[in-house]
Amino acid sequence: MSLTNEIIQQTLSQQFTPKVENFHILHDMLAFEVKKEASFELIKFLKEDPSMNFNFLTDVCGVHYPDYEEDRQFCVVYHLHNWFDNIRVRVKVFLPANNPEAESIVPLYPAANWQERETYDFYGIVFKNHPQLKRILNMDEMESFPLRKEFPLEDQGRTDKDDRFFGRTGPNC
Amino acid sequence: MSDLLLVPEKRFEKQILETKEKDGVELSILNLGPTHPATHGIFQNILLMDGEKIIDGEGTVGYIHRAFEKIAENRPFYQINVLTDRLNYCSSPINNTGWWMTVEKMLGIEIPKRVQYMRVIIMELARIADHIICSSVMGVDTGALTGFLYVMQYREKIYEIYEEICGARLTTNMGRIGGFERDWSEAAWRKIDEFLAEFPAVWTEFENMLSRNRIFMDRTIGAGAIDADMAVSYGFTGPNLRAAGVDYDIRVASPYCSYEDFEFDIPVGQNGDCYDRFCVRNAEIWESMKIIRQALDKMPAEGGFHADVPDYYLPPKEDVYNNMEALIYHFKIVMGEIPVPNTEVYHSVEGGNGELGFYLITNGSRVPYRLHFRRPCFIYYQAYNEIVKGRSLSDAIITLSSMNVIAGELDC
Amino acid sequence: MSNPSNIKQVAPPDGFSGEGFFATKLSEVVGLARANSMWPLPFATSCCGIEYMATMAATYDIGRFGSERMSFSPRQADMLLVMGTIAKKMAPILRQVYEQMAEPKWVIAVGACASTGGVFDTYSVLQGIDKVIPVDVYVPGCPPRPEQILDGIIELQNIVKSESVRRRSSDEYKDLLNSYNIK
Repeated sequence: MSLTNEIIQQTLSQQFTPKVENFHILHDMLAFEVKKEASFELIKFLKEDPSMNFNFLTDVCGVHYPDYEEDRQFCVVYHLHNWFDNIRVRVKVFLPANNPEAESIVPLYPAANWQERETYDFYGIVFKNHPQLKRILNMDEMESFPLRKEFPLEDQGRTDKDDRFFGRTGPNC
Repeated sequence: MSDLLLVPEKRFEKQILETKEKDGVELSILNLGPTHPATHGIFQNILLMDGEKIIDGEGTVGYIHRAFEKIAENRPFYQINVLTDRLNYCSSPINNTGWWMTVEKMLGIEIPKRVQYMRVIIMELARIADHIICSSVMGVDTGALTGFLYVMQYREKIYEIYEEICGARLTTNMGRIGGFERDWSEAAWRKIDEFLAEFPAVWTEFENMLSRNRIFMDRTIGAGAIDADMAVSYGFTGPNLRAAGVDYDIRVASPYCSYEDFEFDIPVGQNGDCYDRFCVRNAEIWESMKIIRQALDKMPAEGGFHADVPDYYLPPKEDVYNNMEALIYHFKIVMGEIPVPNTEVYHSVEGGNGELGFYLITNGSRVPYRLHFRRPCFIYYQAYNEIVKGRSLSDAIITLSSMNVIAGELDC
Repeated sequence: MSNPSNIKQVAPPDGFSGEGFFATKLSEVVGLARANSMWPLPFATSCCGIEYMATMAATYDIGRFGSERMSFSPRQADMLLVMGTIAKKMAPILRQVYEQMAEPKWVIAVGACASTGGVFDTYSVLQGIDKVIPVDVYVPGCPPRPEQILDGIIELQNIVKSESVRRRSSDEYKDLLNSYNIK
């Protein structure tokens, strides 16, 4: 019997409750949250269990939610793909604002190496046991994490741009 | 602090001292890039060499980091199309169409068959254009400049087709939510027919020049080989993965945009080396031409050139000036008062280099809350240093060009 | 075959000719020689680089304007064609390449990103290469058509033809380089 969203939800709830929660289906893709202590085990289960068999890591990225509670402000989102049954799943790990640390999945999927470095570069999320966690896209000397919502898009040091021509006043810059 | 966190030059300097003391062998550091005729784009590789042989290496990227994901958080959906052009800029229509499909999936819009077939034609033309550049530049890197000059003329013909459809040659910014911005003119259809009539002979000639050429084969067979398991674990997709023997193609595995209506083969290699990548891309051009031919033959006459979604698709200007409803829709679309749900969607298309994915999180406003591009080049370039360990420098160069790393997609 | 009487020939520079000799200003001769053999260093970073590949290829052929040999070595190049976005991470490298070029050297900024930063008004993109190196010609466009790139090169050729041979040692030029901290 081929894998479906219901079977995945059932198996994971059986194995990992209370560490997994909030199963929901958006546009035919099953998504759920897992606590950061259990994220590595859960992804290992998804990869190695013969009934799950998620052999391909599609994507790792981070999201910043400054409006959520203190302990849910950063989120690492993993997209996994099972090529044999053609099922995708989205795993979300919420992390606290003051010390966002997650477990690296590079031992399971080498493809995660640079993607976790990119997430660290953009958000400052530290991946424990990552072989080489340093900045990748921005300059090594940069101190802030640019994709966080409070960091501005434009270079603040410019003197040659007259904001009046862009309809910009203090509040809407 | 682990050695791997140092700048690569410092880490290699330590290794050089150690090997000198141990064996007396003197290794050297070679800086390949970021500006170098062989790197087709701006990325750097610091290599630790023993003469001509590569012992170790580390790639540093980010020399063209333009912060697309940050810009996308401040731009409405139709302005993000401009950014997607500049990801894999050799085949912009595929990126554009992938983005529109993501937005349409998010909004739940159905596209008429005719528009889907038109999108398939333009995506396959873009794939042909991308593979033309990659294969001919592989020829240039081994010394065969003529092939490049010859087939670039046909890339000009594809540019002319793009110009008829959307006005631009390279960064096309093609399409809108629901379809195309204007119907394709008579000249566009004629040019596509002419291209399909003339290009096969040209491509056969190009393949005859290189595919069984002793020098080219000696340079590329065995260079940069990767086996299927390693490729899958490093996240390879696209022609690089198919050259390693895995027949995974998103157009067949999860068909989108009516690809299930067309019959085409997936060319697969055996060893995953440069020669296989070259042959897989050449064969894919033939398959793309087959798909375009089928789409032209089966093109439905009815359907228009866009879906009927007045909430998201700008009405024509004559209606805006004469019709109150059209005026209101125009105002709402431009000012951003469009109905956008609060949702997350991931959609991927088969780009020129592999699975190009868009992960979009919306929160009801006219700009995305978060947009992440799953870029194939960024993911498979990680494996480059593993692939070239132990090979010579010339193999490293030809491997780099056969992997088709486009800097815009690497750094986003 | 083209009709020989239709071919437009470029007029020689002003000078005094006699039997077996032609006397003109040294700057004219030097300018003519330099302008018609500008070897480019294609510093192609992104999309404009692909349009440059189209300019280099057979249809638009930059070779007929004298740029037959693309030199990737800065020492052997005359003009630096910066094509594409320059990020702040890349700026020191661009500067190093410019400093390594031997005089006389000229710079063309091809594309909107090289001229002013283009669409990318972000924290990581250099808003125009003239923040780090002096530029002679700006070619706008995103990407510019090959005809526009050729127009930029022809514009530069006109500048080169009329440049004084003493320009590089003049105070004005030295001040320009000093304003960029280039020694």
